[in-house]
Amino acid sequence: MHELSIVMSIVETAEQKVREHHAQTVESIDLVIGDLSGVDRHALDFAWEAGVKDTVLQAAKRTIIQVPAKAKCLECDCEFQIKELFDVCPLCGEPLLQIIQGKELQIKSMVLN
Amino acid sequence: MCATCGCDSESKISIHKVEPIANVNWNEVQFTKPVEIPIPVGGKEIKVEQNILWKNKALAQDNRTFFLANNIVALNLVSSPGSGKTSLLERTLQDLKSDLDFFVIEGDQQTSNDADRIAATQVPVIQINTGKGCHLDAQMIREAVRQLNPSENSVLFIENIGNLVCPAMFDLGEQKRVVIISVTEGDDKPLKYPDMFASSQLCIINKIDLLPYVNFNLEQVKSYARQVNRKMEFIELSCTTGVGLTEWYEWLKKINAEHTLVRV
Ligand SMILES: Nc1nc2c(ncn2[C@@H]2O[C@H](COP(=O)(O)OP(=O)(O)OP(=O)(O)O)[C@@H](O)[C@H]2O)c(=O)[nH]1
Ligand SMILES: [Mg+2]
Ligand SMILES: [Zn+2]
Ligand SMILES: [Zn+2]
Ligand SMILES: [Zn+2]
Repeated sequence: MHELSIVMSIVETAEQKVREHHAQTVESIDLVIGDLSGVDRHALDFAWEAGVKDTVLQAAKRTIIQVPAKAKCLECDCEFQIKELFDVCPLCGEPLLQIIQGKELQIKSMVLN
Repeated sequence: MCATCGCDSESKISIHKVEPIANVNWNEVQFTKPVEIPIPVGGKEIKVEQNILWKNKALAQDNRTFFLANNIVALNLVSSPGSGKTSLLERTLQDLKSDLDFFVIEGDQQTSNDADRIAATQVPVIQINTGKGCHLDAQMIREAVRQLNPSENSVLFIENIGNLVCPAMFDLGEQKRVVIISVTEGDDKPLKYPDMFASSQLCIINKIDLLPYVNFNLEQVKSYARQVNRKMEFIELSCTTGVGLTEWYEWLKKINAEHTLVRV
């Protein structure tokens, strides 16, 4: 359950931004989470509930922008969506892929109040 | 500095809000320093665009710089519970401690059992107990390193919490990550826990003395691991019988020598 650590990091950043901008709370927060980021959505929801209690994020509306995973085949250069790190190229069957999208784990923006 | 929010008010305008007071007896009012309150930002959108784990990444980078500057080879040992991390360390320390300087950081949720086992080999060790935490992070390593104070030109082993999931996401600042899998765990682990195998450089296959008793295909596990990490190196060994340990010791000495070269 590293998701709790992830929520605690988000809380830390949110509290810092609230302080910096002389705000009181966070009204909403947008997160970008790639399908291969290693974050489990159910575990995140569970950790979120526990982690944001009595913090500036307690009442924040959370939006998750999910990023599908994409890779490029190192053999034939084609780009395609993947589900797992070990998927193979659908054209030539090569397992040598470069992940070009889907590892994101980012706080995109917040609305402060 | 602003008393309300602790901000650095030099660069910003501060507004002093005065609360309306009813029926004031001005003789009784004590004038204190006005309270500074922030400018309300009512629904202000701010861009953050910051990696959620930026702090761990930054601290890991600090650790890595420290290790490089002191020519310390830091290795992060990860595996499921019971794959043989501590057993491998015990053997290694006993066999190599006259050739190399070792230091050990032990991570477990509870107990100092593993640190006690290491201490029995006369190698300096420190135990981190994470309580409910299921992985070590860069901050814990920084603190442990401060207390352990490893010497220059040494090898620092970090035994992570037995868990093939969470420790994959937390860079500790190590030079190499070593994943250990034992033959009783099943050969499909690299596909079930791809992040851990993708982020490691060496895969140790332990307990090969038990191969005759379990359904575990060495070639299969390697081929699965290569699917997630085509650069993965493998060493098969048994901590119990000692077979394969020489290959591991050679790997260690090679990594250690590479780092000594980098220094020059
Ligand atoms: N048969 C056999 N047993 C082994 C071998 N290596 C370790 N073991 C046994 O496996 C068990 C677990 O070993 P540990 O070294 O404590 O494993 P660990 O990975 O440190 O465990 P945690 O720290 O609890 O995650 C012990 O009973 C060891 O004696 C091996 O090569 N062969
Ligand atoms: Mg152990
Ligand atoms: Zn986890
Ligand atoms: Zn964890
Ligand atoms: Zn291809």
